Amino acid sequence: MFPILEAEFLAPEIKRFVIEAPRVARKRKAGQFVIVRLHERGERIPLTIADGDADRGTITLIVQGVGKTTRLMNLLEAGDSVLDLVGPLGEPSDVRTYGTVVVIGGGVGTAIAWPTARAMKEAGNRVVAIVGARTKELVLLEPELQAIADELEIVTDDGSYGRKGVVVDPLCERIMRGSRIDLVLAIGPVRMMQAVAEMTRPSGIRTIVSLNSLMVDGTGMCGGCRVATKDGTRFACVDGPEFDAHIVDFDVLARRNRTYSACEAQSLKAFQANPKAALDAVRHSCRLDQSHRDESMAEVASR
Amino acid sequence: MSRNTLPPKERTKIPRQAMPEQEAELRRHNFAEVNQGLTVLGATTEALRCLECAKPACVAGCPVGVKIRDFVELISAGDYLGAASKIREDNVLPAITGRVCPQETQCEGCCILGKKFEPLGVGYLERFVADYEREHGMVGLPEIAPPTGKRVAIIGSGPAGLSAAGDLVRWGHAVTVFEALHEIGGVLMYGIPEFRLPKEIVRQEVNTLGQMGVEFQTNVVVGKTVTIDELMTEDGYDAVLVATGAGLPKFMDLPGEHLSGVYSANEFLTRVNLMHANDFPNFDEPVFDCRGQDIAVIGGGNTAMDAVRTAARLGARTSTLIYRRTEAEMPARVEEVRHAKQEGIDLLTLANPVAFLGDDEGRLTAVRCIRMELGEPDDSGRRSPVPIAGSEFELPVAMAVVALGTGANPLVQSSTPDMATNRKGYIAADPETLRTSKPGVFAAGDIVTGGATVILAMAAGRTAAASIRAYLDTGRWNEESPSPA
Repeated sequence: MFPILEAEFLAPEIKRFVIEAPRVARKRKAGQFVIVRLHERGERIPLTIADGDADRGTITLIVQGVGKTTRLMNLLEAGDSVLDLVGPLGEPSDVRTYGTVVVIGGGVGTAIAWPTARAMKEAGNRVVAIVGARTKELVLLEPELQAIADELEIVTDDGSYGRKGVVVDPLCERIMRGSRIDLVLAIGPVRMMQAVAEMTRPSGIRTIVSLNSLMVDGTGMCGGCRVATKDGTRFACVDGPEFDAHIVDFDVLARRNRTYSACEAQSLKAFQANPKAALDAVRHSCRLDQSHRDESMAEVASR
Repeated sequence: MSRNTLPPKERTKIPRQAMPEQEAELRRHNFAEVNQGLTVLGATTEALRCLECAKPACVAGCPVGVKIRDFVELISAGDYLGAASKIREDNVLPAITGRVCPQETQCEGCCILGKKFEPLGVGYLERFVADYEREHGMVGLPEIAPPTGKRVAIIGSGPAGLSAAGDLVRWGHAVTVFEALHEIGGVLMYGIPEFRLPKEIVRQEVNTLGQMGVEFQTNVVVGKTVTIDELMTEDGYDAVLVATGAGLPKFMDLPGEHLSGVYSANEFLTRVNLMHANDFPNFDEPVFDCRGQDIAVIGGGNTAMDAVRTAARLGARTSTLIYRRTEAEMPARVEEVRHAKQEGIDLLTLANPVAFLGDDEGRLTAVRCIRMELGEPDDSGRRSPVPIAGSEFELPVAMAVVALGTGANPLVQSSTPDMATNRKGYIAADPETLRTSKPGVFAAGDIVTGGATVILAMAAGRTAAASIRAYLDTGRWNEESPSPA
């Protein structure tokens, strides 16, 4: 059981959690993820680690409520717990001194890109951050990025903040202008990452994407997260989650991610009809876990 | 002193007692256990068939050397709990091995009765005794030696790890078992379906180990959450046993393998067994909706059989097993093949997939196969299948499960560079002592041998435990290989 110490909304439906997980906090590196299971009947979902504090023994997760489990998680508050949390999983980002690194975050992808952006800055890179969101209130981590980025550009679909457009626009301009770009890190919806990959492909700019595949165990066992690449089949959980964008088959990825769309819709509908029951299930699971522990502790003490 | 007073001639006249089974038509719609277990009368009758050989071949045929003749004799005397204790001297998971061991090639395969009659139902009897013990709950825990002050970390909670834990804790060592998933049991939980091995039985066996003092930690991926070096230097473990199994799914590298609806057996079975996807939406994890669909499973082992029977239970209209040799060569337990056929599984033998075909949405629609014929025997002694040119055909299916074995998961090895591995990524361990090249670290089970059976993994776990004990007692790593107890 992993206690939630802080929980606050950063934007509508996007919540930041600080969770006690000392072992994970000690080992995690930028780019890695955890798998979380909220309650006894819950599914295992991968979530990128946004930040961490080894001394305090905590990690930070930023969760966008999309399907049932993420929406349910966003009902949790400080004082609640998640039942299972395992990690850090996946390979860390390959943080080196590249020169100029353009970090592109689309939607909640910004939160996933943030730790790597910061690590890139700390490694001596010039960091240009391009952040995209549907609308102003969904723009994430602006102050955090402002603090580390040499340049920060914000793009909104509706033009309510920053420039109107999509994240590929400023990237396109920079490439057309011949600005120096040594590495692009793009994290967001599959189609956004695909667009970035196509944009950088002709000029051969090294481009990294972080793939959020369907996953069960996260340790290479199930093979569900397989990614079709030019170099053959790779597993996002152990070979990734970051990949060279120019070898990934994004169409296959998008189709695989839709495998359970009917089930997901059904789950979400049931959840929305009675979110409180689902929340009670989480709280009940975690209380059970606590009482089990109390019992076994008492047993040990009485020996 | 035998307590079986029947003359041997009379014993051979008793027919082998049949295992009561759930009706095939009924069971293909539920996940309840197929085998219902012998009754007291059935078990006692079966026990009376034992010839009580002076040199019991069955014991020699058991990888962990269960004292079969002795426990069977206790059954014929009506002392079922005594029989349970006798088994537990060599086997900490009898309720599991009684269900999943390939008895026909081990104990029962060696039984003298089997030369002229049906062999003694050793597996049935082992299961009976273990179930009797569990249901009556009257057997005390095995004796635990006083604490040695030594600590052992076991990585992986499957059969190898659990059996090693059972021995080490009895010898007074403090044992912690680390598991990457959220439930203890490894392949027993995620791999073997409820209808063949109820999860409650695994939990009970794990509970027993817990009561004996074994500590379990879930949600720890050794190699990621902690490394072996950290376990030894920071957490103070005196020895480490790597028992992570062979969990890397094998795919065939065929066109169309990325289509939705193509699964590894690991994924399909994990979704159902561990995540209860068969009970979606009461459980959140989904799995392919097999209802009314035609599905295929590729392979001929126990895992393939488990997957195809699981798909049938999920409501598949037709469930076909595609195997490239004939039924005679299938590595699955004979009983599983028989059960599968009773449940309406179609065996498509002498056929092999060459491609997966899909629609515009990326969903599987068919498996293209080629007919095979058997040629000369290969390294395994089985006649190797050869494709028949021009014999390709399509089998329309909406889901296909690839169950062709597994490889070595590299997580632990890659984070422990000073522990040698072989060409295929399995851990190199001395066959006698199961020591790795890294002092204090041992390895056992599928991560050393490649995919095998529950009982072989358990046997390896016991060998490693004995070897760890010798190392902890002497503190010497470089001496001659200790002989396992």
